[in-house]
Amino acid sequence: MAVLVYTESEKGKFKKSAFELVSYAREIANKTNSSVTAISINTDESNLLSKYGADKVLNVIDTNLESFNAQLYSSVINQAALKESSKIIIIGSSANSKYLAPILAIKLDAGYVSNVIEIPISFSPVTVKRTAFTNKAFEKTQINSEKALISLANNSFGLVENSSNMISEEFDVNLPQNNTSVISTDKASDKVTIADADTVVSAGRGLKGPENWGMIEELADVLGAATACSKPVSDLGWRPHGEHVGQTGKPVASNLYIAIGISGAIQHLAGINSSKIKVVINTDPEAPFFKAADYGVVGDAFEVVPKLINKLKTFKLQNS
Amino acid sequence: MKILVCISHVPDTTSKINFVEGDTIFDKNGVQFVINPNDEFGLTRAMWFKEKQGASVDVINVGLKDTESTLRKALAIGADKAFRINKDPKNGITVANEIANFISNESYDLIIAGRESIDYNGGMVPGMLAEIIGANFINNCIALDIENEKITATREIDGGKEIITTVLPLVIGSQKGLVEESDLRIPNMRGIMMARKKELNVLEPQDNSIQTSSISFEKPKPKGDVTLVSGDNLDELINLLHNEAKVI
Repeated sequence: MAVLVYTESEKGKFKKSAFELVSYAREIANKTNSSVTAISINTDESNLLSKYGADKVLNVIDTNLESFNAQLYSSVINQAALKESSKIIIIGSSANSKYLAPILAIKLDAGYVSNVIEIPISFSPVTVKRTAFTNKAFEKTQINSEKALISLANNSFGLVENSSNMISEEFDVNLPQNNTSVISTDKASDKVTIADADTVVSAGRGLKGPENWGMIEELADVLGAATACSKPVSDLGWRPHGEHVGQTGKPVASNLYIAIGISGAIQHLAGINSSKIKVVINTDPEAPFFKAADYGVVGDAFEVVPKLINKLKTFKLQNS
Repeated sequence: MKILVCISHVPDTTSKINFVEGDTIFDKNGVQFVINPNDEFGLTRAMWFKEKQGASVDVINVGLKDTESTLRKALAIGADKAFRINKDPKNGITVANEIANFISNESYDLIIAGRESIDYNGGMVPGMLAEIIGANFINNCIALDIENEKITATREIDGGKEIITTVLPLVIGSQKGLVEESDLRIPNMRGIMMARKKELNVLEPQDNSIQTSSISFEKPKPKGDVTLVSGDNLDELINLLHNEAKVI
């Protein structure tokens, strides 16, 4: 009856979200008098999971699972859930996790709830709070099936250390027939992604043209942040579509979101609203973003941003 | 090639979000409904397959009569036939099951559904549907080409993209990027007139899945006022972010 948690990794290294998910599963196990089993695919660092309270880890090592495949990965997690007789299965909210989740829900015959933001309100039946209407509302959802599949929103629970004596098992799986394969992957390996970033630096049309993004990238560099942009900027082709955040773009749930030259249209705000602290830099004091932000600077980005970069560099030197 | 596009009927992105009946039901009063943007990108790509490769394009919605205006819009954009499963769906699984039931009597090669609806944001229907009917599935699809049964698709991943091959039958989760926003079509008068004559078939529901149920909604608490910092005093901003917000 272990709580099963899928701990996502990339190139053998766990994502930070993996540790958050184990922390979350530990808390659920404590409340339901059960244990935590993690399933990890092609990593050799699963010992790290004991720090966050996993009781057992099932290690799957298989060359056929080297690149992500939703069909195969969901089958592996399903097999782990059956082995552990799990009634609660926890996954993350990365593009890959949300890709495999609905497939897994059908395999498990589980009630699936996405965008969950806290520990379930009750366990009989399992009832969770999630975001809906692109962060403009919260929804309380009850799971009526015997099994619950919960996708936890990134950065909503945090990391909680909780050392455990973890046992580690090799787990052999049977992979189903599969017709889908990856030919090539195009991913900037040196850049932090919007999904994983603690800080996101985002800029809008106020920057006047793509040639002015140097300072945005520099600010992101200083902060170890991902870069993002508003919808008009991606529509104009100033920045790639993958950087567009907002209702029809990517959602952001970072700790710090810095918006530069973005007025704050309702669709943009909806997409970034899950970020904990929002800073706006804009020349127009009437820009709607000031109503949504925690901190604001009324001023010209071309003056404020270079100054901010210099001051942050000094700050980082003093605090490193 | 036979294509089915699943159409969700959602509040326009600028809508005020309110709830009625003890915060259990979304308040539709005064709300403009549109084709879910993620579905509309898919529908537009489907029209490309129709015009360039002779595909047929049907659209389907699981909803009550009020969603027919949205299906008519899809017909006006150029879909051939529309189907409505007459039911107010309470969760994603029931939508997936109803569409799967419908498909079992037809033979679609490609099924397109938005990666998520912009109202409930479940992100369930395309993946569940693919698994139920045993089709291949590509989510977050931002490019799709089909030549002589050979499929090449691009999927947006965190921080990049990947190119995938697969075979029919296929379900994709569509989103922005599958077509450009400038390629989206506003129905013209001729399209609207023709849409009135196209088939819009109403079918009775068959599924009673209750894996999940919505209990209630609440709105986020109003935020406190912004703390303004002068552009000449950015040390103060850094101080606030470090000591007060503790985010740097």
